[in-house]
Amino acid sequence: MNLDAKIPPGPLAQKWDRYKSNMKLVSPANKRKFDVIVVGTGLSGAAAAATLAELGYQVKAFCFQDTPRRAHSIAAQGGINAAKNYQNDGDSIFRLFYDTIKGGDFRAREANVFRLAQVSASIIDQCAAQGVPFAREYGGTLTNRSFGGAQVSRTFYARGQTGQQLLLGAYQAMCRQISLGNIHMFPRTEMLDLVVVDGAARGIVVRNLVTGDISLHSADAVVLATGGYANVFFLSTNAIGCNVTATYRAYKQGAFFANPCYTQIHPTCIPVSGDYQAKLTLMSESLRNDGRVWVPKRKEDCDKEPAAVPEAERDYYLERKYPSYGNLAPRDIASRAAKEVCDAGRGVGPGGRGVYLDLSNAIQRLGENTIRDRYGNLFDMYERITGENAYRQPMRIYPAVHYTMGGTWVDYGLMSTLPGLFIIGEANFSDHGANRLGASGLMQGLADGYFILPYTVGNYFASTKPEKIPVGHAGFKKAEEDVRQFTRRLLSINGKRSATSFHKELGKLMWENCGMARTRQSLETNLKHIPELREEFWKNVRVTGSGEELNQNLEHAGRVADFLEFAELLCLDALHREESCGGHFRGEHQTEDGEARRDDTNFAYVAAWEFKGADKKPELHKEPLVYEEVHMATRSYK
Amino acid sequence: MNLTLKIWRQKNAASPGGFETHEARDVSPDMSFLEMLDMVNERLIAAGQEPFVFDSDCREGICGTCSLVINGVPHGGRKGTTVCQLHMRHFQDGQTITIEPWRARAFPLVKDLIVDRTAFDRIMLAGGFISVNTGNAPEANALPVSKEIADLAMDAAACIGCGACVAVCKNASAMLFVAAKVSHLNYLPQGRAEKDRRVKNMVAQMDQEGFGNCTVTGSCEAVCPKEINLDFIAKMNRDYAVAVVKGELKANSGGGVG
Amino acid sequence: MNFFMKIWHSSLGKKYIMGISGFVLVFFIVTHLMGNLQIFVGPYWINTYGLFLHERHEILWPARIVLLTMVVLHIWSAFKLRAENQAARPVSYAGNPAPFAASYASRTLMMSGIIIAAFAVFHLLHYALGVRAVNLTGINFSTLQDSQGRPDLYLMLLLGFSRWPISVFYIIAIGLLCLHLSHGMRAMFQSVGWKWTFGGVSHLPDKIARWFALIIFILYVSIPVAVMCGYGKAYKERALQHLTANAISGKESAR
Repeated sequence: MNLDAKIPPGPLAQKWDRYKSNMKLVSPANKRKFDVIVVGTGLSGAAAAATLAELGYQVKAFCFQDTPRRAHSIAAQGGINAAKNYQNDGDSIFRLFYDTIKGGDFRAREANVFRLAQVSASIIDQCAAQGVPFAREYGGTLTNRSFGGAQVSRTFYARGQTGQQLLLGAYQAMCRQISLGNIHMFPRTEMLDLVVVDGAARGIVVRNLVTGDISLHSADAVVLATGGYANVFFLSTNAIGCNVTATYRAYKQGAFFANPCYTQIHPTCIPVSGDYQAKLTLMSESLRNDGRVWVPKRKEDCDKEPAAVPEAERDYYLERKYPSYGNLAPRDIASRAAKEVCDAGRGVGPGGRGVYLDLSNAIQRLGENTIRDRYGNLFDMYERITGENAYRQPMRIYPAVHYTMGGTWVDYGLMSTLPGLFIIGEANFSDHGANRLGASGLMQGLADGYFILPYTVGNYFASTKPEKIPVGHAGFKKAEEDVRQFTRRLLSINGKRSATSFHKELGKLMWENCGMARTRQSLETNLKHIPELREEFWKNVRVTGSGEELNQNLEHAGRVADFLEFAELLCLDALHREESCGGHFRGEHQTEDGEARRDDTNFAYVAAWEFKGADKKPELHKEPLVYEEVHMATRSYK
Repeated sequence: MNLTLKIWRQKNAASPGGFETHEARDVSPDMSFLEMLDMVNERLIAAGQEPFVFDSDCREGICGTCSLVINGVPHGGRKGTTVCQLHMRHFQDGQTITIEPWRARAFPLVKDLIVDRTAFDRIMLAGGFISVNTGNAPEANALPVSKEIADLAMDAAACIGCGACVAVCKNASAMLFVAAKVSHLNYLPQGRAEKDRRVKNMVAQMDQEGFGNCTVTGSCEAVCPKEINLDFIAKMNRDYAVAVVKGELKANSGGGVG
Repeated sequence: MNFFMKIWHSSLGKKYIMGISGFVLVFFIVTHLMGNLQIFVGPYWINTYGLFLHERHEILWPARIVLLTMVVLHIWSAFKLRAENQAARPVSYAGNPAPFAASYASRTLMMSGIIIAAFAVFHLLHYALGVRAVNLTGINFSTLQDSQGRPDLYLMLLLGFSRWPISVFYIIAIGLLCLHLSHGMRAMFQSVGWKWTFGGVSHLPDKIARWFALIIFILYVSIPVAVMCGYGKAYKERALQHLTANAISGKESAR
């Protein structure tokens, strides 16, 4: 099968306009005849549901949380990028586009990224109009900050909770449409399968998490906005409920999964304190603007109090290795550098898995009050979790899995290889390549939801005119039976181990062997152990309770079952990609001084995997990455 | 450390509930409260018993999902802290801890420690938005908003909708939540056009949901993990009075010939 | 009427009624205090004031009607709100702990209110209606007259507070009233929408309410305390001798 991204012809800057001018339209009177299912109500899902409903489509929205407002987009702290050039510092659509492509280590699709940069400015307008309380100057205009090592100030933010404020904006837009009867909202409902009829996505099977009822929903298009799969590592900064189930089951129904090995490790998280830990907490990267990262030069100093290590005995390794970017080096580079020093035995804190993020210089220079104004909430959070006062001693940080760039393969119109199945936000693969830049995740989610999907879904309807399929159709009945069977099977094993214990074990394998650095050997170890673990899971998992009630244990077991299969795909992808790029670092492919070595000759493509059946190796399809406007360059932050 | 936990167990809203006592052994002071409960649940599963269900998601104090009453205080009563960020170092070895769900008529119990907070969503549906379609928006800087107003709106918008204000209030009043939501949008110039409608409809929905009345005890402010203050309730009271009087004036002035 | 029903049916509306009726009652408490404090200026002043009030029916009766209406509204909305509040929180937490961070005054508003209402009834019987049975002196207060033949309010107060159980009850009731006010006024300001942070002072209405309540308490209580400490003793004894003399002569003349 040839992967056709259906990128419109013409110069890069005109592609999206051309698409919009040439696309087919659904007349206003006909829009209400089309049903759209949106699964997930984070930034992209809520924005899409609201916008589609505003246009007149009949929308059904689903989320597993108790209200759409709690999706994990809410936890994003830092901000959202947009090429507004309000600061007059030379920003432009092209620059945002180029930074994103370069940040993604030239593994993203050029046309998608350019479109993202183009619509970025409208996002800010839209959000401001919705009442998102962005930070402002005294003059009343919006303010910006520089974020994640960008050389222009293009990041808009709302105190330390930009994600929550943007999500509330989208949620409020949804509320309006729910009250108008254009969206039918299903909270505490989890999608358990995709229904494919005649090769097109036509509906979903869901489980009501309160009553356990399984129900079927038919639609003309299904939109998955179900986020990333970082929880395959068990410990990540994602919410407890984040899972791969929706996209993985879509993959099993025929939607190709692209680049699963591109996972982002965020450098500034609070280190793990014990094996009971359920998740990791991220501290905004903005701390690196004023903080200096260091470890002791000598192993013997690692157990000393940080203040007892004299200045000359400290290794400010980011400043040493990357003099021009220093402590602001991109996420993948800063993370790997931390791992390196800890692997060398110079890590600090419990288990030697931590480095210092020291703001004492900034406190001396600017005074404690200024620092409190800037980062007070982060210092408070750090103290709540660790019990340590970061005004008195440096914070300890360590990288943690944070975001996944890979996802379901989509074409330019955000449609997967299954007609009628659209994937948006973190769940798709398209815009961040092998590494995501800070403050770009929110931008992509909202761009997809507000400004791209509503057009492309219309184009799909107008050009294919799908027929209605009733939920009594055999395809639906089969999907329902499969789901019931799956649930019954989980409940009937009645083994000895909890789903969590499997999840933890899987996470450990993934983190050790497929985390910040991967090698052929480590990946092969995983490819051997993961199927064994999966086999044990299906023999020995214990799921208490029944399927006809609220059963968190059952929900989790189902998600872990999918992670156990998905992890193998991730490792397979990582193994096949014999290069280092962005979040994917292969030990075999590095320069002499330990930097990533990309292989543009052999690997400048999107790896899209097709499910071939249980216990069969998935088939690899390649979408070549063709750069018309930019040249692939080596990323250097030295 | 070792603790004795008295945890509320209830199969569903229809069946009666009661406390179960469990011992939590070898609790690390660095655990979060929810991690301690995870551990208890894991041990229950290992012993073939049903684990307790409780709501949680982000576990970093922002999604507002977690909702436990610890020793009579929602979120445990530490300043600006949700229960997911409450750590065991604040408890003593040997202590008995009572864990209950949010209690309010408007938050019916679902199971064990989980309640249904969709009443908050319905209040939002009544007017907690600015009516602007995607694509309608003017250039963001075309409408300046003074920093003071933007900051005030942000203070209100910090609400995570957890419902602790209702849970702690002896009257189960939702005033702090509704006031935060109303104020966030009513302060901003973008939200002015619908100011009166919004406050009237949201208050009416709040009343309909069966929340109690505000007696200004200040419990909500003290327990709010985002430290939202009572000023916003005053602001809503004012907005509501203005809206009601204005509405009455308009109604009395007649609708003209149209 | 529709407008008032709308207000009555809304939770915020009932709080407005509570707050506004409360405000009128606070106004009364202040004017009443002003009147009473004239005791420290001497019998002439306070008795002139008393006579003025008694003779001006066009002021007295409207004022009484307004006050009574306010009392009824205040109590009625209090009970209505309370019923709603109890319905909203049918289950309390284990061990029934005191509501977190709520002040004593805020938790006991209903109780202090009821006791104050009971006291108010006694107070009216005691002074306004002059029911002899409740004043513990055996003297009919409504017959007291000063040297100019006016009702002797001054003497009435001196006699009224000369019995310690009454003074103690009075002081306790005033204490409860001020406890009630310290929270009630705070809630009143809040209900009508007065912001808490003002001119850089946070929780301003709260502070104002507390200080106000304290001052009211000191001033009201100063009267029974002064009387029990011997204020106006000479006047009282003189008047009592006069009363006894009158009584004797009255008896004799009756004989």
